[in-house]
Amino acid sequence: MATEVTITSATARATPVGSAADIDAALAGLDALETATEPRPPLALRIWSVTWPKLGAIIIFLLLWQVVVWSGWKPSYVLPGPGEALSDLGRRVTTGDFWSAAARTLQRAVAGYALAILIGGIVGVAVARFALLRSAVGSFITALQTMPSIVWFPLAILLFKLTESAILFVVVLGAAPSIANGVISGIDYVPPLLTRLGRTMGARGLQLYRLVVAPAALPSVVAGLKQGWAFAWRSLMAGELLVVVPGHPSIGSDLEDSRQLLDTVGVLAMMMTIFVIGVLVDAAFNAGDRRMRARRGLLPPRSH
Amino acid sequence: MTAVIDASAVRIDGVSRIFGSGSHRVHALDNVSFDARPGEFVCLLGASGCGKSTLLGILAGIDNPTSGTVDVGDRQVGLMFQDSALLPWLTAGGNVALPMKIRGVPRADRKARVEQLLALVRLAGLADKRPHELSGGMRQRVSLARAFAQEADVLCMDEPFGALDAMTRDLLHDELERIWRETGVTILFVTHDVREAVRLGDRVVLLSSRPGRVAEIFDVGLPRPRRIDSPDVAALAVAITDRLREEVVRHGH
Repeated sequence: MATEVTITSATARATPVGSAADIDAALAGLDALETATEPRPPLALRIWSVTWPKLGAIIIFLLLWQVVVWSGWKPSYVLPGPGEALSDLGRRVTTGDFWSAAARTLQRAVAGYALAILIGGIVGVAVARFALLRSAVGSFITALQTMPSIVWFPLAILLFKLTESAILFVVVLGAAPSIANGVISGIDYVPPLLTRLGRTMGARGLQLYRLVVAPAALPSVVAGLKQGWAFAWRSLMAGELLVVVPGHPSIGSDLEDSRQLLDTVGVLAMMMTIFVIGVLVDAAFNAGDRRMRARRGLLPPRSH
Repeated sequence: MTAVIDASAVRIDGVSRIFGSGSHRVHALDNVSFDARPGEFVCLLGASGCGKSTLLGILAGIDNPTSGTVDVGDRQVGLMFQDSALLPWLTAGGNVALPMKIRGVPRADRKARVEQLLALVRLAGLADKRPHELSGGMRQRVSLARAFAQEADVLCMDEPFGALDAMTRDLLHDELERIWRETGVTILFVTHDVREAVRLGDRVVLLSSRPGRVAEIFDVGLPRPRRIDSPDVAALAVAITDRLREEVVRHGH
């Protein structure tokens, strides 16, 4: 089987070969050429560069709103201008009632969201892992996700009456399917090479999940969490309008109260509150998402 | 028995691997036999479909042969892929530490060993860099350090330099040769580049394709260090390429 091909020639020794030091220097040179990094601009500049487009958009929106008010399309007690709404909001934030209502709403949101993460996470991993479970309930999860959360309220109110539990029930049902779907697609899209690599190194079962599969699935899981939050927040707002728990004021119930009192300024002020919370949570998710992408080298290079 | 194990670091004996069944049967490996002495550098050369990835998977213990045996004694087998396959969420140091973490090596020991291994591949002080901050050649060196972190006595490399530019690849040949001599590790190096195989290997095992069989084994009697563009390397490469063509031509009919 073995064939020996031997070539004798003086050139084998005559060709000069780089010494260890030469190789070292050449490698260092190549490394330096290929890893040049540009300096980061200062923090204040970075914050300003992401803030000014948002401020501009808000100012344009407020101007358009004011223009509609000036046009006289609706009487000013039905559609007040942004100045009035903002000053009403400014007055409200100085009261304890506003903050206790906001605190209750946020507490409901966090409790419901946390429970949805737990349930959605467990269901997601189980469905991704077991083929039978996937063919059994996989498509139902997406169907559940597309159901408007408001249709759950009649059942929730019958089951739990006008209580915190009714709201929690709907928030969890709203958010959990998105989170489960994020987990499922995250695990489905883990590159097989990485799983093979983990197994080569001896990782099995839970360890393989913890060290390789979970971090590899993270981007999709975060997308699911973000979408889950949006569903949780919508469900919660719908719930607070419909399920007013006696003696438990919240952002939603304040909004409903203002409507019943024909207080359009109050309605607008509470809607701004809801919007601001939405913007803040989105900013937090985006910051986390950017951080994750930056670590993994998935951010586009800066353009200036 | 022990004498046999000592004489060869890797003994591959009559290994066949068949995937699927019925009309979908794929015969990936057919009766492949060869062995590698401890500290030997063996290059596996073959066109597509020679079953090299299958063979490496069997050697690394993540797949089993349909028949035949693979014997590495109590040696640890490390595997290195064509794509550096670094985990993008870990730093270079974190990637090198991963196999130790899986084995349960204490954190303090891991840190010291990571520094040592990164210095071995001339990347000392770059433990905190992320894979995307490194060049292709540097990533492959991190990957090499990680393979050594498996405390491998036998290192299986699956076309590790296939995606690199020629200059970087030549430098990494020199580097790999140095590290191989320093560590005394046994290397099974898969490539489809004939010159690369002759540049690096003590022996070149030529595999035929579909099914993968050992076509011929060449001894590379050239003194080290070698250069990939030296006439001797080129002359032997021509002889092997001719033989490889014969194998490939058989599939054209």
